[in-house]
Amino acid sequence: MIVRIRFAKLGKIRWTSHRDVARMWERALRRASLPVTYSGGFSPRPQLSFGLALPTGCESTAEYLDVSLAGEVEPDTVAERVGPLLPIGIGVTAAGMPEPGSASLQEQVTSCTWVISAPGVTAAELDAAVREVMSAESLPVERERKGRAVTDDLRPSLLSIHVVGEDRDYEGAPDSERCYEDRSALDAGDEVAPGPKLHAELATRPRGVRPVELARVMGIELGLARRTCQWIEGGGSKFEPLDVRVAAYATVAERAS
Amino acid sequence: MTSSLWPRIEPLLAQVTKPARYIGGELGAREPLHEPGRVAWLLIYPDTYEIGLPNQGLQILYEILNERGDALAERAYAPWTDMEQAMREACVPLFSLETTTPAAEFDVIAFNLSAELTYTNVLNLIDLSGLAVRSSQRGPQAPLVVAGGHCAFNPEPLSDFVDAFVLGDGEEVVGELTELLAADKRAGGKDRDHVLREMAGVAGVYVPRCYEARYDSGRFVSVSPRSSDVPATVEKRAISDLGEWPYPKQQLVPLVEVVHDRLNVEVFRGCTRGCRFCQAGMITRPVRERPAAQVDEMVRTGLARTGYDEVALTSLSSADFSGIEDTVAKVINDPECSGQVSVSLPSLRVDAFTVGLAAEIQKVRRTGLTFAPEGGTWRMRQVINKLIREEDLYTAVDSAFAQGWRRVKLYFLIGLPTETDEDVLGIAALARRCAEIGQMHHRTVTVTASVGGFVPKPQTPFQWFGQETIEELRRKVGMLRDALRGARGVSMRWHDPEATAAEGIVSRGDRRIGAVVERVWRAGGTFQEWSEHFDLNLWREALEAEGLSLEDTVYRHREEHEALPWDHLSAGLHRDFLWQDFRDALEEHGLEDCRWTPCYDCGACTGLGIEHVVASAVAPAGGSQGTGQDVTTGGVVPARFVRRESVPMAGAGTRRGGS
Repeated sequence: MIVRIRFAKLGKIRWTSHRDVARMWERALRRASLPVTYSGGFSPRPQLSFGLALPTGCESTAEYLDVSLAGEVEPDTVAERVGPLLPIGIGVTAAGMPEPGSASLQEQVTSCTWVISAPGVTAAELDAAVREVMSAESLPVERERKGRAVTDDLRPSLLSIHVVGEDRDYEGAPDSERCYEDRSALDAGDEVAPGPKLHAELATRPRGVRPVELARVMGIELGLARRTCQWIEGGGSKFEPLDVRVAAYATVAERAS
Repeated sequence: MTSSLWPRIEPLLAQVTKPARYIGGELGAREPLHEPGRVAWLLIYPDTYEIGLPNQGLQILYEILNERGDALAERAYAPWTDMEQAMREACVPLFSLETTTPAAEFDVIAFNLSAELTYTNVLNLIDLSGLAVRSSQRGPQAPLVVAGGHCAFNPEPLSDFVDAFVLGDGEEVVGELTELLAADKRAGGKDRDHVLREMAGVAGVYVPRCYEARYDSGRFVSVSPRSSDVPATVEKRAISDLGEWPYPKQQLVPLVEVVHDRLNVEVFRGCTRGCRFCQAGMITRPVRERPAAQVDEMVRTGLARTGYDEVALTSLSSADFSGIEDTVAKVINDPECSGQVSVSLPSLRVDAFTVGLAAEIQKVRRTGLTFAPEGGTWRMRQVINKLIREEDLYTAVDSAFAQGWRRVKLYFLIGLPTETDEDVLGIAALARRCAEIGQMHHRTVTVTASVGGFVPKPQTPFQWFGQETIEELRRKVGMLRDALRGARGVSMRWHDPEATAAEGIVSRGDRRIGAVVERVWRAGGTFQEWSEHFDLNLWREALEAEGLSLEDTVYRHREEHEALPWDHLSAGLHRDFLWQDFRDALEEHGLEDCRWTPCYDCGACTGLGIEHVVASAVAPAGGSQGTGQDVTTGGVVPARFVRRESVPMAGAGTRRGGS
């Protein structure tokens, strides 16, 4: 069976890489003595499937992981057993079961919501920067792919950007009522990154936009970036990989100093 | 009270590679409270986090100190060059990982010295702490700078920078030093010289400023005490019972990938195989095995606690552990491990028993096996006392390929005493033959011959031997490459002969080499262990500026009665034993493993009052060296070393300094 886990990555541990986080999960699951299935061959690995990689240095309250288990284990049991064994800063926020036969997280997710702080600028300055990028025809960025320099257009991937925080009401931001964590995430974020922030929904296709790239095209310094939602859109509906309102129980990640 | 630097560190992390090196957060890490009544130790490994974190010596002392009420310990590693630059630009000093406390706020800064080429990093880290690199220029408020580890057996090149060195096992000494320093703190802090004099009175502790080095016509003459209250010879420390020290109990599990990223359980300390080039084997005698039941317990609880899927049973030759088969069987048959845990033996013996054992334990992840014949011919291997016959190697390799391995790595040294071109070419012949054996089992196999240049090390039988020149090592590497050109299934790797030369400068250097190390550091030569940063020109220029030469410091054979810069420091081995063993080497005489044969009186057991602690009273199958060779074929085992109380032999060289 597959158990899908939603988890947060907050504080100091944001400086670890996606690969590091995968290894932390492997070890924690082994310590929890959960019957994780292994790949075959000379180099068997536990069968874990992570969603979109989170850039090193970013926080998240919306990371996902699919764990393949031999035998039936309640998703809540998995979460309760593995949760306390994770390093400080990694915390399970929900567990459930994905639709049987659904595609992998990487294939399913179409966009992500980010809350990005921009130190040293006022809300009005941010507004102007947002207007500029959203009205642009195209936003070319230089990237490296397979060792070659390529130019991509970011503009189609910028689905919406709003300025929130400080004196701005969060209610203006789309989907904020859907994601129960948005508000608390923003509030928590205020402690470490006060001031106005961008609330941006960025498409993951054809390629994801990294917060640092968004900051660059907007001409702002990147502060703390936190992924707060991953979205699956299709067939006229838009939903999260795990319906948090159904599966929700919160083991809020401890924030390392 | 200490001050956390974290708010100033975090903004730097976005600018550097692998930022997680600087955040700590390992499972098992402590965040100790700095209090006036506790002696604060900062334990530093002077290389990157990935290299330094797994160091077991550092982790053992970290736990022992943090278990004490009067001490606390944190850790630091060498920041990579990008982080160092960012720190210097932001005026952020070296900091501890756990509480991001500035290094200068600790009472003691303690370095692990595992490799000579990290010495420039030691200076850099002292400097990055905001301290003067030369100990004579540091005031009484500055932390004490101490160092230990294998390289401390010739610490002279660092004697101008480090206040005190600890020789041998550190488990007991750190407690003794803590008590001394805690008393000093309570007394309000005496002057630095007084504290160091007190430290020099602790067994195993060497305080260079209490000793004077003498030279005559540019040649080293002696290091002797400046006063009568310090010992003429500093003897190493050795714990007698490894079972009393089941550390690390809580091995650190890092958040990022490091080298040796697995559970490590030390099964014994010391080695008596007597490989004459091997400093580790000589300076860690006698053999002290951990009780098998304790090994089982440490493996079981360690795996459960860490979540690692690999455990290494560490020592200098783990297949020699008396309980090895039982221990291995217990791990792989443990239902908790459910077939997903692999066991590794980092230093394999070259024999079929060992390969059988390896096959048993590496049911999962069977990637490659490594053997270290070290020499290309039987003659060469008798000289270095690595008594492996060609048949042993071929049987082991055949067994490995037959059991499913496709990759075999062979370690060799070149530049060994008495080495001829025939010996060097023997390496190619062995590698080719091993590949041919493999091809009888599999269509494609890889045999990698890894070739390193030999650096003579202090406190070994080869300490008198003149290291081979860069040119000669290059010629031999070239010869091997030619000999292996077109050899199917054989690849060759080699260590840079220039780095070998630089290591040689420091390995047997006297105090004058300190100025060389300082010049290299001041010229920007950090991370000299790393090929992308290593630069021999820095070392050449520094030697020249100090009026020294590679010829004299590295290439020159030392004479029998010549004073050696480490004569006042003892690893327990009699100098006349080492000299005789060197003579035997030159005459191609092998020596059996003394665990199961009469004592040669090397001095290690008798001097320390410790016996070899070995559970098995009988030698492994195939004789004391485990490989079935008859060591007497090359000559006669020197039985004249059986009694220690015999008077010094005529012409056997000077006794250890001070006696």
